[in-house]
Amino acid sequence: MRNLTGLLFAGGLGFMLLAIASGIDFGTPPMRIGEAIQSASPQEVGAANIVTSVVLGYRGIDTLGELAILFAAASAAGLVLGRRHTTTGTQRKGGFVLFHGGALIFPFLLTIGFYIIFHGHLTPGGGFQGGVILAAAFFLPLLARPGARLHHSILSVIEAFAGASFILIGLAALAEGQAFLQPMLNQDTLGSLISAGTLPLLYIAVGLKVGAELASLLSNLAQTESEQ
Amino acid sequence: MSEVELWIALILGIMMLSSAVLALVVKNHLAAVAAASVVSLGLALLFALMRAPDVAMTEAAVGAGLSSLILALALRRLGLWQIDSGSENSNLLSASSKGKDDA
Repeated sequence: MRNLTGLLFAGGLGFMLLAIASGIDFGTPPMRIGEAIQSASPQEVGAANIVTSVVLGYRGIDTLGELAILFAAASAAGLVLGRRHTTTGTQRKGGFVLFHGGALIFPFLLTIGFYIIFHGHLTPGGGFQGGVILAAAFFLPLLARPGARLHHSILSVIEAFAGASFILIGLAALAEGQAFLQPMLNQDTLGSLISAGTLPLLYIAVGLKVGAELASLLSNLAQTESEQ
Repeated sequence: MSEVELWIALILGIMMLSSAVLALVVKNHLAAVAAASVVSLGLALLFALMRAPDVAMTEAAVGAGLSSLILALALRRLGLWQIDSGSENSNLLSASSKGKDDA
């Protein structure tokens, strides 16, 4: 019976998607907004990566909402996971490859994470992607040494500071008499590292916030092992 | 899309579909997690092929990296972490007895 319901549901969903897809003529998308942004954003925002100018410039408040959703999800996960266990005697140590490979790859992960964050307005990537890589970098030693701890107080300070500075940059634009989160400061030459006004600062805040949040979530998950 | 890209996309699609089915049918939980992350990796390559490098990076970092890490940690927490598939009918037994060493 349940199989039949699932089959019916899948079939209905497929039919619906087909019906929608048949109405769209592929290859000729109505790209009016996209074309307008593509032609206007290099002059207006000054970011070489147009995706960044959309994410932080034209749709900055959506990014703030995304950060809020991530924050809510991470706190909910922390709430569900409950108390941390301090006993680690039963935890098995990582093997040779994990132990030394983790130590070897840690600085490279750190470098590429910060590179992606700092070049978010120039090349593909940005705060979210770089933040996830940073979180993975800090989680890797934890995987190799189950006894090791991340300092949750430092992580939460970083997270709070980054989130507050994102909102403060937005409010600074408001104080200047512009819209909330409107890019400010000097645009500089398109494609140089220090350009696009406040966008790199916003992406650094996003990256630090995402990285700290995910790192504390992962270490929470690792440290609240089985409750015996 | 050029001819070569079309073939690459086709192969990627077949690989993704087969590893998705594998994630459903395989007995070993860790292998299922690995197969699910292969689906994400194929999707990231498809995004890169369709000239969406930003989305591809997000998919590779979150879908293939972070989510499989979280799933693997959840497996360890539940005591289902085991590399060797072992005999199938002793799966439950070995999971409950091995849970303490692994946890």
